[in-house]
Amino acid sequence: MKVSQSSYAYTPGLKIKRVTIVRKERKLPIPGEVLVKKGDKVSFDTVVARTYVPGDPYILKVARELGIEPEDLPFYMLKKKGDRVKKGEVVARYRALFGMINRECISPTDGVIEDVSSTTGRIIVRGDPKPVEIKAYVSGKIVEVMPKEGVVVETRGAFVQGIFGVGGETNGEIKVLVDSPSDVLEADMIDEDCRGKILIGGSLVTKDALNKAIEFGARGIVVGGIKDTDLMEVVGYEIGVAITGHEEIGLTLIITEGFGKMAMSRKAFEIFKEFEGYRAAMNGATQIRAGVIRPEVVIPHEKKISESELPELEEGIRPGTLVRIIREPYFGQIGRVVSLPIELQVIETESKVRVAEVELEGGKRVVVPRANLEIIEE
Amino acid sequence: MPKTPLDQMKYILATDVGSTTTKARFFKKTKEGWRYVISGEAPTTVEKPYEDVTLGVRNAVREVEELTGHKLLAPGGKGIIMPSRSNEGVDLYVTTSSAGGGLQMMVAGLIRSMTAESAERAALGAGAIVMDVIAIDDGREIYQKIQRIRHLRPDMVLLAGGTDGGNIKDVVEMAEILKAAQPKPRFGVSYKLPVVYAGNKDARRHIKELLDGIFALTIVDNIRPTLEEENTEPARRSIHELFMEHVMAHAPGYDKLMKWTDVPIMPTPAGEGMMMQLIAKVFNCNVLGVGLGGATTNIYSIYDGKFVRSVSANLGMSYSICNVMKEAGIENIMRWLPFEKSEDDIRNRLRNKMIRPTTIPQTLEELMIEHAVAREAIRLGFEHHKTLARPLRGAKRRKGALWEGAEISDVFALEEIYGTYIKMMNVKIIAGTGGLLSHAPRRVQSMLVLTDGFRPEGVTRMFQDSVFMMPHLGVLSTVHPKAAWEIFDRDCLVRLGTLIAPKGTGKPGERVLDLRIEMPDGTILKESINFGEMKRIELPEGVEAEALLEPRGHFDLGEGPGKKVETKVYGGVVGIIIDARGRPLNLPQDDKERRRKLLEWFEALDAYPREFLDKIREEWT
Repeated sequence: MKVSQSSYAYTPGLKIKRVTIVRKERKLPIPGEVLVKKGDKVSFDTVVARTYVPGDPYILKVARELGIEPEDLPFYMLKKKGDRVKKGEVVARYRALFGMINRECISPTDGVIEDVSSTTGRIIVRGDPKPVEIKAYVSGKIVEVMPKEGVVVETRGAFVQGIFGVGGETNGEIKVLVDSPSDVLEADMIDEDCRGKILIGGSLVTKDALNKAIEFGARGIVVGGIKDTDLMEVVGYEIGVAITGHEEIGLTLIITEGFGKMAMSRKAFEIFKEFEGYRAAMNGATQIRAGVIRPEVVIPHEKKISESELPELEEGIRPGTLVRIIREPYFGQIGRVVSLPIELQVIETESKVRVAEVELEGGKRVVVPRANLEIIEE
Repeated sequence: MPKTPLDQMKYILATDVGSTTTKARFFKKTKEGWRYVISGEAPTTVEKPYEDVTLGVRNAVREVEELTGHKLLAPGGKGIIMPSRSNEGVDLYVTTSSAGGGLQMMVAGLIRSMTAESAERAALGAGAIVMDVIAIDDGREIYQKIQRIRHLRPDMVLLAGGTDGGNIKDVVEMAEILKAAQPKPRFGVSYKLPVVYAGNKDARRHIKELLDGIFALTIVDNIRPTLEEENTEPARRSIHELFMEHVMAHAPGYDKLMKWTDVPIMPTPAGEGMMMQLIAKVFNCNVLGVGLGGATTNIYSIYDGKFVRSVSANLGMSYSICNVMKEAGIENIMRWLPFEKSEDDIRNRLRNKMIRPTTIPQTLEELMIEHAVAREAIRLGFEHHKTLARPLRGAKRRKGALWEGAEISDVFALEEIYGTYIKMMNVKIIAGTGGLLSHAPRRVQSMLVLTDGFRPEGVTRMFQDSVFMMPHLGVLSTVHPKAAWEIFDRDCLVRLGTLIAPKGTGKPGERVLDLRIEMPDGTILKESINFGEMKRIELPEGVEAEALLEPRGHFDLGEGPGKKVETKVYGGVVGIIIDARGRPLNLPQDDKERRRKLLEWFEALDAYPREFLDKIREEWT
């Protein structure tokens, strides 16, 4: 039996690029109207598509309110199925004893009578449709229109993926608050100048700094790590399943490395420094399932950079590949793969696994399960 | 169906498209029957930029090809080579799938503990994850129910309610709520959401008028034709068919995969459940099983012939690891650790596993932390399971236990107390499957995790899946039961051994049990054990021994307090474990004492390397 040199079961690295082409699909939840056309230039907040989602339904227990049998309901309805009604309008009435008994049922909303049931004695009033708008999210060009569904926006720019985030789409100017990727982002670094901006920290953001950034109206924070307990306090609850993006904490937070104090990858930090002052889009939405959705920062720019684009699908780990170790005992350390032994090897836990020999920055050589390596794109 | 007759088949390929990993298992017919040959694994590809599950399947199968030299993939991505010829192809290809979150259902019924619960059992039995159960008495106002339903994006809805011939108004009202909310299917808006109606047959016409056209409505026999009867089978069948027709057909790449396979794709837990049922059938006893996955924990019980499956959708060892921490509480995870670590440290480590779910423990500390989480995931999953494995609510025989003139609400109140029908003393086999158990470096670790999660009482045999292939064999058993059983028996089912755990508690040092075991060669082994101790006795796989167990005082092994038990004990890769920690199992309150006991137990069972345990002891003494 033989084993191939490259490993299929690798963890794809997070994308960190100074320049790349980013395409974003912007789709409506249900069919509607696309407001831009192919070739149009759009900005971050340009509305590109709009639709109306059905309004909230209200179930009215009309028969019970009028004190009648369900099967008699149609006789007492003043409106029929499909009719428009206004909020406060009488939709059914029961009168008896020459008007001495007068019971009415009124509509709680503007809308349409959707259903009248003589089985249950209830009616459904559907509220007026609500508009839903989709914005471009990033500045760029419309390269594709999907009729009634949405568009694809294309932009050229820097692209940094994080490992975990909270909060949804936003945009703002990049502002770097620390000198090095290993510095902690503290509360005293935040002031009025942070309003509307995306703040870049180093290895950790403290709870106080996070709260102060929210207070001063920062749009987002990108940082290496955060303590789980601090995140829990700011979000207000303990996140159970890693499906995020809908939190409303006042800003969007992205951590690039993991939980605890962890220096931001140098490459990401340098990109943020290079593009300080540029307007960027960010989204904290994370979904850790097959395929995964990772949080991201997109910084559209037109700088001439000769960096060649890497193919979309990586080739796997090979000798020479730059990697980050993503599990104890070398968590967060960066090194270069020296060899990929073909045979399974016994590690401290006594498990027999596929390993890689990695030379850490500083020269020390360690053996690490391949599953605990993440490729760093160069 | 396969073209090659079953008795002429030589090679079989089975895959499971899991939420993280696609696992291929390759089987071969040998002189002694069907055997497992090798595995191949690759990341599942359901989302961008891949969006085609067959890519992941091909990668996993390619690994099998590389490892065996047996060619399996047809050129041009055209599926699997069939039938087999010398060193290429297979005669049968089957698959299960839980990718993209599996089959996610919403269930609605009238009374939470009656029709809604029956509907929940039917959905779970079909291999679904139940996102929510809507019932008239679920404590939510109508508008809240509607909001909730609108928010969910299920793959399918099961609507039940009412007994045949009973009042139709309530179930029609529930249908109205559904109609008003108009939930949208998860995989896009281009198809109608399947709704299965399994309620009062007299309401069918009204249900049709209300829901047909808006939803893809299927009507099946009532799940609860009378209060005394539960008939989940028609609903379960219908769910399986719709899973294929609607849900799978809309998931990325499944249209292709469906053409590759010889039999319909089955939800992973359905395959797993079939094998658990097979264990109960073959060994003819009550069985508890667990599928401890990365995203979910599935618990199975086959108790007095009744099969129940529960899925705790957000309890798992990778994606959902932090939800176990949330549900169990960090202190309940940390109580299983023999070393001292700060809460912050453990929290951060679990969070880091959540965000990088495919990593594996490299150090023993990390391994113990994962084992601690696994115990709690099983414990919580089993708690959930017990709320479903209970007698039918509202049945007349129950009313007999009440006073005259009792109201239906009194029945509910009383039955809350009744709880599950599962008595641990009557469970004779516990079986486990899933990555953590299969990958445990020492099998005794999985036996201990299963023991601490389930807390068995009396004499219980314990099994585990060797390399995670129960789902594969489950779907295989639908076409080739003989092959499935032969592989299951020889290569899948690892006999861990037998656990002897007396019920009752006592004081440290108090004698709990004397036992005498007569080995097949006639040698006699005598042991005594005191309260708070654990012992391991070697008894190899395939060996049976006669045991005389004499519990002391109020300790009970099934025959009553202090009553002796004569029974067979079965060997395994671990052997016999005597667990005199007591039932209910209470760990010492004092931290130092608790850690000392954990080390003592781990040492007694040889659960982790001795040098490591010594090192921990040195560090805190």
